[in-house]
Amino acid sequence: MDERKTPNTATTNGLTRRTALKGLGAAAGAAAIGTQAAPGFVRYAQAQSSEPIKIGFQAHRTGIGAAYGRWYERTTEAAVRLINEAGGINGRPIELIVEDDGTDPRRGAEVVERFATQHRVDVVFGTLFSHVVMGSAPRAGELKMPYFCVSEGHHVASGVLNRYIFQPGITDVKSQVISMAPWVAENLGKKVTMIFPDYAFGHDHRDFFSEAIAAQGGEALELIAIPPTESSFTRYFPRIPSETEVIYHVMVGPGVLTFVSEMGQFYGANRPQIFGFIDSLEAVDLASPGLEFLEGTYFWEGFPRYAMPEATEYDTFFREQVGVNADGASIDDPQDISTYSHMFGCWETLYIIKQAMEASGYSSATDADKAGLIEAVEAMTEFPEGFEHPQGRKTFDGKTHQCFGHQYISVVEDSRLNVVHKTSIEDGLYEPEVDYTTQPL
Amino acid sequence: MDFGPYLLLASLEGLVTAAVLSLTALGLSLVFGVMRIVNVAHGEFFMLGAVLAWAIATPIAGNPALGFALAMVCSPLVVGAMALLSERLVLRRLKYEPEATIVATIGMLYIIQQLALTFYGPDARAVQAPFDWRIQFPWFGYSGYKLSVVGASITLMLLTWLVLARTRIGLMLRATQYDGETAQAFGIPIDRVYCGVFAVGAMLAAVAAVLIVPIQQAHYLMGLDPLLLSFIVVIIGGLGSLKGTVVAAVVIGMSDGIISVFFSPTLAKILATLLVAMVLVYRPQGLFGKAVR
Amino acid sequence: MTPADTTKRVLMLHAGVIAALFLAQFVLPEYHHGVLARVMVLAAYATGYTLLFGYTGLLSLGHAMFFAAGLYGAGLTVYHLGWSPPAGFGAGIAAGLVLSVMVGFVALRTTGVAFMIVTMMLAQAVYLASLYFGEWTRGDEGIVLTQAMRTFEIAGATIDLSLPDERFNAALILYACSLLICLAVVRAPLGRVMVAIRENEDRTRMLGYDTFQAKLMALALSGTLSAAAGASYALLFGYAGSTFASIHYSIYPLLWVLLGGAATTLGPLIGTLAITYMIDVTSGFTSAYLLLVGVMLVLLVLWSPNGLLGALRDRKLAWLP
Repeated sequence: MDERKTPNTATTNGLTRRTALKGLGAAAGAAAIGTQAAPGFVRYAQAQSSEPIKIGFQAHRTGIGAAYGRWYERTTEAAVRLINEAGGINGRPIELIVEDDGTDPRRGAEVVERFATQHRVDVVFGTLFSHVVMGSAPRAGELKMPYFCVSEGHHVASGVLNRYIFQPGITDVKSQVISMAPWVAENLGKKVTMIFPDYAFGHDHRDFFSEAIAAQGGEALELIAIPPTESSFTRYFPRIPSETEVIYHVMVGPGVLTFVSEMGQFYGANRPQIFGFIDSLEAVDLASPGLEFLEGTYFWEGFPRYAMPEATEYDTFFREQVGVNADGASIDDPQDISTYSHMFGCWETLYIIKQAMEASGYSSATDADKAGLIEAVEAMTEFPEGFEHPQGRKTFDGKTHQCFGHQYISVVEDSRLNVVHKTSIEDGLYEPEVDYTTQPL
Repeated sequence: MDFGPYLLLASLEGLVTAAVLSLTALGLSLVFGVMRIVNVAHGEFFMLGAVLAWAIATPIAGNPALGFALAMVCSPLVVGAMALLSERLVLRRLKYEPEATIVATIGMLYIIQQLALTFYGPDARAVQAPFDWRIQFPWFGYSGYKLSVVGASITLMLLTWLVLARTRIGLMLRATQYDGETAQAFGIPIDRVYCGVFAVGAMLAAVAAVLIVPIQQAHYLMGLDPLLLSFIVVIIGGLGSLKGTVVAAVVIGMSDGIISVFFSPTLAKILATLLVAMVLVYRPQGLFGKAVR
Repeated sequence: MTPADTTKRVLMLHAGVIAALFLAQFVLPEYHHGVLARVMVLAAYATGYTLLFGYTGLLSLGHAMFFAAGLYGAGLTVYHLGWSPPAGFGAGIAAGLVLSVMVGFVALRTTGVAFMIVTMMLAQAVYLASLYFGEWTRGDEGIVLTQAMRTFEIAGATIDLSLPDERFNAALILYACSLLICLAVVRAPLGRVMVAIRENEDRTRMLGYDTFQAKLMALALSGTLSAAAGASYALLFGYAGSTFASIHYSIYPLLWVLLGGAATTLGPLIGTLAITYMIDVTSGFTSAYLLLVGVMLVLLVLWSPNGLLGALRDRKLAWLP
């Protein structure tokens, strides 16, 4: 746990000479592509001081989000290092300032205040858990602090937040869920029973998927909400109707291994099709005892954990830089499994911040420059696949502040996930629910 | 599924919950009954037991039963030693003053939790069950290991009962529980009894955790639930009453399972919580205990 | 020192603290200005808590339910019914009052550890209810009150609670009211009965006092003050979520109060301020700050069981209320 002891201002620790050299070469490539990818790119570097751009990273180092937080931090450090090696933003290096929010909404708001009024950062970035985003967002808006979350929650696009909050690096849960429905209905079955935790994240799945499956001519037979304090699940399985063709599960938190093994005990070999969200098994080894039952079941993945033969060079580069092997585990410790379906969002968001700062000629942490930055992000429409966006092409809606990308469906075979389907971006589009650009800056 | 099998399944589940819970709660109850203190860190000793079980069992190759057996022996010993240490260093100096101990054990809760996060990490990790049988009922399948947990728990409870009822140590414990000062006057080393009881209480929690860890996983935040449930069991069962602890654990385990047959799960949890609170209010001495002094 | 002298000193001290807090907003840097506003809201919560725990001797591990009652009472009415912030604040207080009286009738039949557990369980039920009614509360994710919802007009002036100065002074008014109510109560006959109950309930009853009624009053006051703090949190910081109903938020006021000094009027403020800054500073160089909080609690209870102000009162200033 050495990263726990690192001082707050992250530096490029744990970097070996070999990876550094590799990184240098590849980063040069990335920088070149970045330049092409941003038309109208003007280099303001000569006019700038070399004062660093301060990015406040709101990290879940402790609390329930710590397993994710660790990988968000590693991904972020890798991307910051690459950007700095390639000359920084507008010729200025990034200084990453990390603060732990304890995965708590009150502490989250405090951390935003600290970033804005003490560290005087230029942007805040990197929050994952929805309730922390919700608790922090009002303060970010009031302090006029651009706030880029990597949370996959539907909170940004649903319009309950404010103009300062963006989610450009990862597709929101509504879009993910909607894009799954056609493939599930066609290949697994139309009669679905959903099992989800009884809180907002679970309710999003319940509402969006039952609607989407109905649109495919299917039906959600039974909706089983599990209380979040539950640690044993067997007693809920009899509620699954026997005519169920597909079980859709999205259990998150430490109870998921219990959930899976109990489902295995309950059904044995004679089970319906099973489709789940990998959120439950992020940072969990698929070869863990008790997960044998997952063989032949399907998962949504944001970014395939196991390197596929058809993996792009961007994926390979991303893995190398973050320190993830072809099986989605840490290079240093194969037991340490990454949160591969989410953490790319940190990387991509940082490049979007860079691109927007360069497009708007961002020079200092003034309200005017921040307003310019926000308008620059809102003006974006598309992020092409590349070293800056290794997960793939995305479209961005400046009105809802939300991006939309490809999603993957994988099957578990020999305790590995193999991709069987990649959705199109159009599969996940829905009617915009808000126009943040009408709000004052 | 039909109602009958549904109820059977809920009862089986309730039984497993009750088995683990009665062991955990027995530890709390002993400490509570003999020393008259509330150990808020009890759940963290449980968590520590589970985490250590993972650390001990995982590196052992070969038959999973081997690693599990080793964990079963070593993990409670380590936890017991830690409890012993904290008793000597902190609780004894506080002279077991009830409120001060609550605060001190809240402090210990934070310390243990943070140490687990630092050294074990935030992941949930499973330990392989010593054997992997599945019992097929006509309507559903059930884990053989889970049923064996019930058996193990009954054996351990019987053993504890034997020690309490039939040995000199048990006599000393009961005497201390009944009246500490008189017991001391009769030459019972109260000080050593206290420190032994605190260690054994933590070890019982650790044993329960080792039993549960192939079913659930070790996670650094797992201590809160067993703590809350154990509190309830101890209060409902009555102070230091072994019989009461077992019956209360069964009642709680079963009610949680069976109420959830009739209501939506979260509502069932709310109702079960309120129900137990009402039992507490209307029978504060517990179902089997005598009135607290 | 005559009683009149003591009264004068006590009043001067409390007026001085409130004045110092008021003046602090003109000298504090922006960051600490914001921190202090939040600390005052939480200290109001702790002040409510100490009325029950410190003065009456009832250890509740369920006060988060009262904080949450205020939080949701204000948050939900403002969010869903479009009530103005003052009306929402009233709704939050009313919710806290009703809940605390109800809880009082049930939980006060128990004493000691059973009381602690009953309050903890009732709070757990409230926490689960906040998830169960997710359609309105959005459960753990919670609801965000926008700037527009937190703006209102009073006597022709527009007050926007999302602005730093308005927030600070609203928090100050809340804290000052809580502090003065606490001071008035502990100096009134009720307060003396509360302390008598803490010291020996049976004897107090034998002296002819209705101890149940006094405990009920203490719990209702304590719960309502906690709810007022919860309602203010929702209105001033624009967020209401079920995290605030979880057991952690029942333990926090206990910590703050214990550090500051349990049966002292100003202890809650000092404790809240000290712990907030301790976490703020230590989290700057280690994420293991919980370890520090834990170690500090253990040391505190070993060396200074009456908290900071309690120790001061024991050694030097016996007149501190």
